[in-house]
Amino acid sequence: MAAGPVAVIRVARWPGGLAAGLVLALTLGTLAAVLWRAGFALRLGPADLSAIRFTIWQALLSAALSVGFAVPVARALARRRFAGRGALVTLLGAPFILPVVVAVMGLLGVFGRGGVLNDALGLVGLGPVSIYGWHGVVLAHVFFNLPLATRLILQGWQAIPAERFRLAASLGAPTGRLLEWPMLRAVAPGAFAVIFLICLTSFAVALILGGGPRATTVELAIYQAVRFEFDLGRAATLAAVQFGLCAAAAVAVRAAGGAPEAMGGGLDRVVERHEGGGWSRAADAAWIALAALFLLAPLAMVVARGLPGLVELPDGLWAAAGRSVAVALGATALTLVLALALVLRGGVAAQLSSLLPLAASSLVMGTGLFVVLYPFVAPRDVALVVTALVNAAMALPFAARVLAPAVAQAEAAHGRLADSLGLHGWARLRWLILPRIRRPLGFAAGLTAALSMGDLGVIALFAGDGQATLPLLMVRLMGAYRMEQAAGAALVLLALSLALFWVFDRGGRVDAAA
Amino acid sequence: MLRLEGLEIRQDDFALSADWSLDDGAICAVMGPSGGGKSTLLSVIAGFLAPTRGRVVWDGRDLTGLPPAVRPISILFQDNNLFPHLTVERNLGLGLDPRLRLDANQKARIAEVLARVGLAGLGDRKPGALSGGQQSRAALARVLLMDRPLVLLDEPFAALGPGLRAEMLDLAREVLAGPGRTLLMVSHAPEDAARIADRIVLVGEGRAAPPGEAQALLADPPPALRAYLGL
Repeated sequence: MAAGPVAVIRVARWPGGLAAGLVLALTLGTLAAVLWRAGFALRLGPADLSAIRFTIWQALLSAALSVGFAVPVARALARRRFAGRGALVTLLGAPFILPVVVAVMGLLGVFGRGGVLNDALGLVGLGPVSIYGWHGVVLAHVFFNLPLATRLILQGWQAIPAERFRLAASLGAPTGRLLEWPMLRAVAPGAFAVIFLICLTSFAVALILGGGPRATTVELAIYQAVRFEFDLGRAATLAAVQFGLCAAAAVAVRAAGGAPEAMGGGLDRVVERHEGGGWSRAADAAWIALAALFLLAPLAMVVARGLPGLVELPDGLWAAAGRSVAVALGATALTLVLALALVLRGGVAAQLSSLLPLAASSLVMGTGLFVVLYPFVAPRDVALVVTALVNAAMALPFAARVLAPAVAQAEAAHGRLADSLGLHGWARLRWLILPRIRRPLGFAAGLTAALSMGDLGVIALFAGDGQATLPLLMVRLMGAYRMEQAAGAALVLLALSLALFWVFDRGGRVDAAA
Repeated sequence: MLRLEGLEIRQDDFALSADWSLDDGAICAVMGPSGGGKSTLLSVIAGFLAPTRGRVVWDGRDLTGLPPAVRPISILFQDNNLFPHLTVERNLGLGLDPRLRLDANQKARIAEVLARVGLAGLGDRKPGALSGGQQSRAALARVLLMDRPLVLLDEPFAALGPGLRAEMLDLAREVLAGPGRTLLMVSHAPEDAARIADRIVLVGEGRAAPPGEAQALLADPPPALRAYLGL
């Protein structure tokens, strides 16, 4: 036997066990509940098979396009210094907390029937092009994931030590083949796999821009099976398929070397390069301009179209906003407690259960909860509570991923001192862990609040008339072709999401300990 | 009395054995080449590392399975001896009550030891607002406050300049040493050992030798110490 660390009880293990149990119940338990309610009658129709096919290939295509375009954009950002570069890199993090419905609204403003692109095409006698259909779904996915891919790959570029570029330049060696291609081969598969996984679970985008036999995702098919046919057998079968797909994708992420770190800082450094003349400079400028335009134009449209809408906001907007904020705050509190409990417990089981929601369908989670609660309460009475619960579970993997390294670092630096002083349990949490992880805790809270604020999932299944959250209200307005009011609501939703993120993130930074 | 009974520590291709005892009230320097296992030995005595074989015994009581906090031991590490997010007063307070519910009496005791190490009135500062020497003083103050009979110093002053380091060693000896308190300190510098130690444990080649008379060892070093000192 080798000498090993002394077993010290630092933090009780039962909260982590409880959290893991809750996550298990929310993911696999709800799936089992739906299966049970359906009498374990598994069946898939032809429409379901085409939904599965579409889900896979749109995710492949979205991931390929996102990563493909991200490479030149990231390279341009890695080697050029220009005014506004920092702001642009920060902006690349924004789509993650941007409510999907708001982004889709912005994309409609650019690429939609009455959008600026069709206006321009009309002037030269072309068009119109339609954003509805599979290409609209892919377009929206690229809009969301190109920034993510760019950040991931930019990180790879900046991880190449400047000395190597200097060495390559002094030898007259081709930096591309020598330094950049090996880096891309290491980083790009991970980015691809992560984006593939994200696109597999697409619901709101498909709900608004897709649909029909050629552009229905599995999540959307689950929604339709529950909402319009109340065919729980189909929903459960689709959910099981979705679970399998996502689990396979998660394994692929691992195989590709794990999800690269996208949240980290240090992206403000410019790599000093010693090659590249006028042409490459012009090409870099073009890539940066195109990417910025692609990202900024829809956001600008949200503001441009939303401002007039603010004059005549729809009835019930502030009530819906209040419900959304309440759901977001509830989900945030629960996510932080769960994530912290799991991270502090550590171990493979806790790690796996913090990742489990990545493979789960939020709609099935919601349906399962309603199946379980149905005998006791009317679904409408608990729609908001269930939504908060599901949102908390869905944000858990991200929160845990942000918190885990911070907790590990606090333990590595100060764990022995805490051990020697007998800090365990609550005292350790209060005097060591929480003060040391304030920043990531605030960031995780902001992330969760914004994600939950913009979520459109379970609530679409079960909300009654007086229970719409802000995203659902927007979709209802869009469905009723009250686009001006929807645009106004989108601006309010955007402002609230960003404000929630800012308040929490800021709260973690203000007066943060050295 | 500290007794190491048939102690063996094995980790991958590292091995260290020790079998000796140290008298109460001794000030003992642990010397030897880097990577020889000086810090590892202290880790085992403090309870951060379980030995492969053997026992750590204090006054006849077997400490081997006990967690660090309940051993009759205080330890100062090379760094991170203070929590940077807590004031000096709270850092010291943790030595009295991990839940930090301090009463007036305890606060008075904290103020008292702060004054003894020359930090009177600095209790409400955070470590970042103190100089390196002041941080060392604050860490020593906590050891003093905890009042455990065995104090382990794992080169806590290594980052200080030579003058300041000597000052801290003198302070440690002045406030900590005395009847009933044993000091075990890792040291790289023979002048440090000569300055305050009365015993020396030589660690190297897989073995921590029994403590020897410091003056005698330094005056006439055995081959291993001679090699380490470069004589």
